[in-house]
Amino acid sequence: MRRSEQSAAREIPHHFATPRQAYESGKLGMWIFLATEVLLFGGLFAAYAVYRGNHPEVFVYAHRFLDARLGALNTLILITSSLTMAWAVRSAQLGNRRLLTLLLALTLLGGGAFLGVKIVEYEHKWKHGLLWGEQYRPHHPETAQEHSSAPEIPRETPPGDRTNIPPAAIGPPGLASSTDEERAAHASAKEPRNVHLFFGVYFAMTGLHGLHVIAGLLVIGWVFVRARGGAYGPSNFEPVDRAGLYWHLVDLIWIFLFPLLYLIH
Amino acid sequence: MNGSTAVADNYLSHGRGFRSWFFTLDHKRIGVMYLASIFFFLILGGFFAMLIRTELLTPGRTIMDADTYNQVFTLHGAVMIFLFIIPGIPAAFGNFVLPVMLGAKDVAFPRLNLLSYHLYVVGAIFSVVSILLGAVDTGWTFYTPYSTTTHTSVVSMTLGAFILGFSSIFTGINFIVTIHRMRPPGMSWNRLPLFLWALYSTAIIQVLATPVLGITLLLLIVERLLGIGIFDPALGGDPVLYQHFFWFYSHPAVYIMILPAMGVMSELISVFSRKHIFGYKAIAYSSVAIAVLSFLVWGHHMFTSGQSDLGNMIFSALTFSVAIPSAIKVFNWLATMYKGSIRLDTPMLYALSFLLLFGIGGLTGLFLGALATDVHLHDTYFVVAHFHYTMMGGVLIAFLGAMHYWWPKMFGRMYSEKAGRLAAFLVFVGFNLTFFSQFVMGSQGMPRRYYNYLDRFQPYHVLSTIGAYVLAVAFVVLAGNLIHSLFRGRKAPANPWGSATLEWMCASPPPHDNFAEPPEAGDPYDLEHLVYDESIGGYVPRTAREGA
Ligand code: HEM
Ligand SMILES: [Cu+2]
Repeated sequence: MRRSEQSAAREIPHHFATPRQAYESGKLGMWIFLATEVLLFGGLFAAYAVYRGNHPEVFVYAHRFLDARLGALNTLILITSSLTMAWAVRSAQLGNRRLLTLLLALTLLGGGAFLGVKIVEYEHKWKHGLLWGEQYRPHHPETAQEHSSAPEIPRETPPGDRTNIPPAAIGPPGLASSTDEERAAHASAKEPRNVHLFFGVYFAMTGLHGLHVIAGLLVIGWVFVRARGGAYGPSNFEPVDRAGLYWHLVDLIWIFLFPLLYLIH
Repeated sequence: MNGSTAVADNYLSHGRGFRSWFFTLDHKRIGVMYLASIFFFLILGGFFAMLIRTELLTPGRTIMDADTYNQVFTLHGAVMIFLFIIPGIPAAFGNFVLPVMLGAKDVAFPRLNLLSYHLYVVGAIFSVVSILLGAVDTGWTFYTPYSTTTHTSVVSMTLGAFILGFSSIFTGINFIVTIHRMRPPGMSWNRLPLFLWALYSTAIIQVLATPVLGITLLLLIVERLLGIGIFDPALGGDPVLYQHFFWFYSHPAVYIMILPAMGVMSELISVFSRKHIFGYKAIAYSSVAIAVLSFLVWGHHMFTSGQSDLGNMIFSALTFSVAIPSAIKVFNWLATMYKGSIRLDTPMLYALSFLLLFGIGGLTGLFLGALATDVHLHDTYFVVAHFHYTMMGGVLIAFLGAMHYWWPKMFGRMYSEKAGRLAAFLVFVGFNLTFFSQFVMGSQGMPRRYYNYLDRFQPYHVLSTIGAYVLAVAFVVLAGNLIHSLFRGRKAPANPWGSATLEWMCASPPPHDNFAEPPEAGDPYDLEHLVYDESIGGYVPRTAREGA
């Protein structure tokens, strides 16, 4: 290692031979971690695809209860915050500390605004009983009759009566091959059954995404505090860079969620 | 490099007290802590196994009622799978050996490594707590819809498994980055020891499959707590989707278990045959091939679940393809042994058991992979015997082989070779007694997970239970021998077996930082240049000896 290189760099962990090795290891590790995050959501996307494929009518029917304008607003907010984040990384590289803290603060603000909008949306759904599975009790002004399409199901099987399996709401065509009558019965229904499936998927996907937003905010908040202390400069901007990568991932996942859930036809 | 000049400061003596261990960043100490914890859970799982076998000694009630029985076999499975066999070789031996084998000072992210151990501990605590709270009775697969309606503590158990999954992911990330970025000068990919190739392929599976298990378990937890209905047929959800998700992880997970075991085999067979490994590249690349194929065959667990016929046929055909890379390895090991000078030291006895038992396990997998025979054998004791031959006969045996192989390096002491061989022999006999009879009764229709059975199955169950007791005795001998060696064992030389991989080039036990300077790596299987030195009871490089 050359002397100049050493003095320019921050102290590297002793088990690395060169700063370059340390930098590249960190980068590779972060990318692999991001891949695992994508796969975590991958399960939900697969579930979405399966239910969408089996009950397209449910999805087309239910998506209009989501407010596409709020969704679009949130998309805009997240994209903007991704931009400020990327810019923050750049200013860390250039050693511009004031700009860095300002941009990080803006990013935090964006994330907070996103969560705020999300809370407003959740609140609407809650008020109208447009919830998942068992909790689905719709009484939205748009739905003509006030009713629950979810059957009353005894959740607790009485003890000593374990074989008393409750009747299915509708046989799951699912991944098993279904009979033609089942499909016909399905298609002829005026208002689709199992609408709560859509909301189950909606809350699972946006809920997990929301948790990731919170995690991202925590990480960026930590970077922000350290940035104000002047911890980052041209030779050690990696933590800002990594936090930025994570934030872009959170943004990217939302960009898939928005059309799939809000704009579906 | 002389075994008799004891190195004063080794990783065991570097720092004292509980904190210096529990918060250490030294991969070797983390490996040792994993080894101790994992061995503890092996014993716990073994204890549940003895309860199961004792209960099945006679039809009807023997020592417990049916509900308890359901809980005990679930705990046995869950403890063995999530706490013993999945972390087993990578976390304990991988952590200890991988950096030293690379001539590196540590893994790429020591803090992450410590975090993954702490997550293991937290996950284990959740699992143990759920045992105390009213043990789960769903079977280790937590199939819906039963797992969403049973009154036992499914949430804490699955949360435990979820946390253990994170621990596994972090270990995987660490290994991939370390192998990519921290190889010493001279170690090209084609000179990477085969154990590390195996760990590398394992890490790929850990990173790609575990998140899917994570989301599955999360959904199951949400299902139980909030009734989200995604897997609940009563709400229009799809329990078969749960099975797809579960096996998308859990089939690759069997390769998370077996690939490191195969890596251990490559090391043992070459060293104890005193011959260069045959077909290095074929063995290395077949690990990667197995890793890739493992993602394509999960549906063979669901042939009778009502998935489509086309799906069944595709999964069946793909299942058979996994046999190809596995067979490549076995034939290369046999070719390595051919005309070698084989020494039957304890690790090699385990290696030979592995070849036989894993061979039986793999071949019986073909019966289960073929649609027509699987419909008959599905969920019978045949399946139980099959996966015990692969997992226990394969992975556990390799784990024990690895333990005896690296023990002198880890603790600087030699164990009694006689007692070691006796234990290896007892394990082999007990194992076959326990599980071979299960093939027979399974093919005659004895279903798995049943509390009661027809009288005509009793002779097989009795044999099986006797075998289990022999195994228990074997474990007492084994543990006694190893623990005894810690206090009374002869001091181990740096290289007792004559291996050429880098971990044998530093002292036993290794110094705190492994190597002051990254060593120059050569061919890891060139055993010719090592000669036995009577005076230290170990091997030294020929040049060093002639120079002296
Ligand atoms: C590599 C080591 C292997 C391990 C550790 C392993 C492990 C397992 C386990 C744990 C099960 C039981 C799953 C359950 O609880 O339902 C199982 C079942 C099965 N295994 Fe393996 N296995 C291995 C190799 C193979 C091979 C090589 C094949 C086929 C060529 C195979 C085919 C099957 C099939 C088809 C089943 C499902 C049987 C049924 O439930 O009807 N396995 N295996
Ligand atoms: Cu499988």
